[in-house]
Amino acid sequence: MHETSASHAAHQHTAPTSFIRKHVFSLDHKVIGKQYYDLALVAVFIGMGLSWLMRIHLGWPAWPIPLLDKLSAVGAPGGVMTPEYYLSLMTMHGTIMVFFVLTNAPFSAFGNYFLPIQIGAEDMAFPRFNMMSFWTIFVAFIVMMTAFFVTDGPPIAGWTSYAPLSAVGGDAGPGMRLGQTLWAVSIAIFCISSLLGALNFIATTLDLRTKGMSLARMPLSTWAWFVTAVIALLAFAALLPATILLILDRTAGTSFFIPAGLVLSDKLQPHSGGSPLLWQHLFWFFGHPEVYIAILPSIGIVSHIIPVFARKPLLGPRAAIGCIMATGFLSYMVWGHHMFVSGMSPFSANLFSVPTLFITIPMTILTLLLIGSVYGAKMRFTAASLFCLGFISVFISGGISGFFLAQPSIDIYLHATYFVVAHFHFVMAVASIFGVFAGTYFWFPKMFGRMMNEGLGKLHFWLTFIGVYCVFMPMHYLGLAGNVRRYSAFTDDYLIPLIPVHKFITVAALLTGAAQFIFLFNLIWSRFKGPIASENPWEATTLEWSTTSPPPFDNFGGRHMVVYHGADEYGVQSSDGKDYIMQTSPEKVPAR
Amino acid sequence: MATTTLPPGADIALDDHGSGGPPEIAPRPGHVTGSGSHAQKSETGMWVAVSAIGMSFAAFTSAMIVRQDSSTDWQHFQLPHVLYLNTLILLGSSVTLELSRQRIGAIQGAARHASASAKNLLANGIYWLYLTAALGLIFVLGQILAWRNLAAQGLFLATNPSSSFFYVFTALHAVHLLGGMGGLFYVLRKLVRSGGAAETSGLSAFSIYWHFMDLLWVYLLLLLAIRV
Amino acid sequence: MGRLFAVVVTVITLLSVSFFVMHTWWMPVDISTTGPAIDHQLEETMTGSGLLFLGGQLLLGLFVWQSSDKNPARKIKIFPGGANPLVAAAIILVGIEILTLTFVGSKAWAAVNLVPAAADSLHIDVQAEQFAFYFRYAGPDGQFGGLHPDKIDDGSGNYFGLDPANDVAARDDVVVGSLVIPVNRPILLTLHSKDVGHSFYVPELRIQQDFVPGIEIPVHFTATQTGKFEIVCTQLCGLGHYNMKAYLQVMSEADYEQWLKGQEGQ
Repeated sequence: MHETSASHAAHQHTAPTSFIRKHVFSLDHKVIGKQYYDLALVAVFIGMGLSWLMRIHLGWPAWPIPLLDKLSAVGAPGGVMTPEYYLSLMTMHGTIMVFFVLTNAPFSAFGNYFLPIQIGAEDMAFPRFNMMSFWTIFVAFIVMMTAFFVTDGPPIAGWTSYAPLSAVGGDAGPGMRLGQTLWAVSIAIFCISSLLGALNFIATTLDLRTKGMSLARMPLSTWAWFVTAVIALLAFAALLPATILLILDRTAGTSFFIPAGLVLSDKLQPHSGGSPLLWQHLFWFFGHPEVYIAILPSIGIVSHIIPVFARKPLLGPRAAIGCIMATGFLSYMVWGHHMFVSGMSPFSANLFSVPTLFITIPMTILTLLLIGSVYGAKMRFTAASLFCLGFISVFISGGISGFFLAQPSIDIYLHATYFVVAHFHFVMAVASIFGVFAGTYFWFPKMFGRMMNEGLGKLHFWLTFIGVYCVFMPMHYLGLAGNVRRYSAFTDDYLIPLIPVHKFITVAALLTGAAQFIFLFNLIWSRFKGPIASENPWEATTLEWSTTSPPPFDNFGGRHMVVYHGADEYGVQSSDGKDYIMQTSPEKVPAR
Repeated sequence: MATTTLPPGADIALDDHGSGGPPEIAPRPGHVTGSGSHAQKSETGMWVAVSAIGMSFAAFTSAMIVRQDSSTDWQHFQLPHVLYLNTLILLGSSVTLELSRQRIGAIQGAARHASASAKNLLANGIYWLYLTAALGLIFVLGQILAWRNLAAQGLFLATNPSSSFFYVFTALHAVHLLGGMGGLFYVLRKLVRSGGAAETSGLSAFSIYWHFMDLLWVYLLLLLAIRV
Repeated sequence: MGRLFAVVVTVITLLSVSFFVMHTWWMPVDISTTGPAIDHQLEETMTGSGLLFLGGQLLLGLFVWQSSDKNPARKIKIFPGGANPLVAAAIILVGIEILTLTFVGSKAWAAVNLVPAAADSLHIDVQAEQFAFYFRYAGPDGQFGGLHPDKIDDGSGNYFGLDPANDVAARDDVVVGSLVIPVNRPILLTLHSKDVGHSFYVPELRIQQDFVPGIEIPVHFTATQTGKFEIVCTQLCGLGHYNMKAYLQVMSEADYEQWLKGQEGQ
């Protein structure tokens, strides 16, 4: 079938001129990518602010926090938060971070901006869907934020929103009336947006690759976004039904998740026969793959960046791709490891434990390949490469604790303790964010045409790297001592001696968080005042470095890119005396 | 602008990393970089969309099975007979859609010989498309009849898990079908504007969706017939 | 910069490991028959994964140190043998770790969850609610009364929803706010929830089990030491979650009998 001139004219190949079409309702994947990035940036600072409030409360429960009573007079009378407001902030912290930061930044933001460019496409396959997916996620974010301002405050059921606490309504406690409904509606909208986004990523990767861009020549980052899109497509397609059923239980009187005979607030609830475990199964069927939605793009970004600064190819790129795919596949078979203490059949605990342990094999291979890629390198130390190396370190730290939690016999001791908090913060939050930092320092010149300040970037790295270890490593010790998570205060006899550790963590968290303002300053300042970036400041090979910084509206200024090599031709002697060969260079690669 | 289209999958052979040899697909002059084939990407996109919808109904199905087995409160009821009639109507709409595609697919061949025949084919194809839409609408109206029938028996959304799932399944399917009809009118508009030359790809992507909605309905009906 | 990175990673690694090795913060002493197997499993995992942790981080530090050598004559080097030795190492090392852990671990898990409770177990009913635990003993007749959620009334102390007016078995049921058990005797708890999800966690028993509304969940264990321990809720259950707790009192058989008599007499 041939494209005709008619349909071509309909396709947007000329840049729009009006402000609204250019910057707000833009169809340009680059603008949309930046919009996702900015949304994630706003979200991450809100999420971090919430974690500050929680940490201060855990370390010094009686301290009034200035202005907190302005946010919620009921939740924090006199600036001291109530136990329920602590849970509200915790729920919002988890939800904002997992959905609006860890899904948005490494996957939607960078993926939108760079996936089409890295495969030599002019735009996403469906620019209109792309715009829609951003604006639906924006609506989801606004709906979620509204929960802060409704009368009974944000929900208190945690980001996992276990039924029936999340399903029965206002009788379950403060925040469970309108706040929880807003949560469920926001997540449902988020699912729709993510499905649209994933659809675009998949179709673009499959159909819009330029000449010579075989799958094997795609950069690892594009590979990771592609696999992540497949995971996201199935994961969010499972979460959407769960949230629809939850909304019905809350608003229409159905009993999907609410069993008979529950008495809350001295009232026998008018429900019967529902299954709380059904929510857990549906949620974790999404929830575990979500971990990989958060981490795989960062693994891809780091695998893409390390060769650039190591000046040598990634070790075993095919094995790495295989591992990314194997992880994606296995991620659907392990959700039950979140439910070892849930009362599901103890036999299924073993069934879920084995694939969970197996998933450590591709993950270990990936880590070793990254370490092996550093071996014998002539490393150029920049903020981007430091964050890549830091990524490897925190990813090891987070991955190792998985060995403990994957085993039901040990998990029954460590489940719901700070050990789990340490594990998932290291492996999906910190590691994923390190990938985002690396990607930001690396791609900022391309996205904004200006360089970021390297000195500030390195300072940001050192403070953050040491900071996250001070925050999250001690949480392992707390978990081993049996310190339960999601407590707004530690009143139990055996927890009181642990409070000094919490104080240490709080101080570390405040300092590490403060260091992020260096990043924010660098980001904003460099956007306007940074030195002008050249087309290829890092001497990298992939297609995004074959075009201007920032790229023109159609990415390559009407040029038709042709790809002759894989993404990692570093450490070779090129004919013009460089140590790398661009993917678009037709010259033959000499032996290393 | 002329576009050369490659056979699907031609360029996805895994090559050796860094071989440095010529690209396995020789560049051709005039190739529009990365714009892809319109037909290919809309069909790929549709297959992806359809698998996501399939996945979410699979999740609903497992929710239904788990919910039914977790308690003794499941109440069986007779499915309204109008559903079977609706099924026939929806299946009929798939037939009319195919009849339309046959005619519109023949336009390009016919256009080379005589324009009158092409015009005729287009009018004919569009007629069958309108009929498809009409059948889709009748199906949705029929579903509303089924809901009224249940409501008359005192079975509402929250009455029993069985009726809950019945309403959820039928309503979500109807919403998807109505969405599909929106797509159909979009394709129709383009078809009329371009005189049938363009948007055959949009039509084939749409037909993937519509046939899938058909299959999905048959599946849901069987599921409801067995479990409700 | 690379050397600094290597030093920082090494220091962080060694500091982190030292607190684990020194047991600065550690599990409380185990008081259950199934606990030693779990502790053994945890120690085993700690050793295995601790070595992987040390190896991974120190190797990273070493390679980064080497890679920062600025000598212009130095050529880049590919890892000896390429990716294959690393892939093989990962599969073998982690594979062995996984197989050991699965075999040893499934035994520890089985002892807790797959072995049925002993026939002579002492049966105790547990009701969790926002934000307290209640425990019920069958009383002299050895029979538990039936549960009627509509009869639940915290005001009059009917936490379980008993119906003593119509139900003879319920009349002598003993309901208390702390879990009192005899040492060295198998205990079988039946967990119910009145409202939302809760969890039963006694670190010293190495046991954690959720209460799931709508289903009854059995938990069994045998305590091997007398003393007073805390039962805490570990499943987010609402605003008072942090404060939901009860005490576990493990007594000698004689003390227990005496305590039970005293309760039944009331």
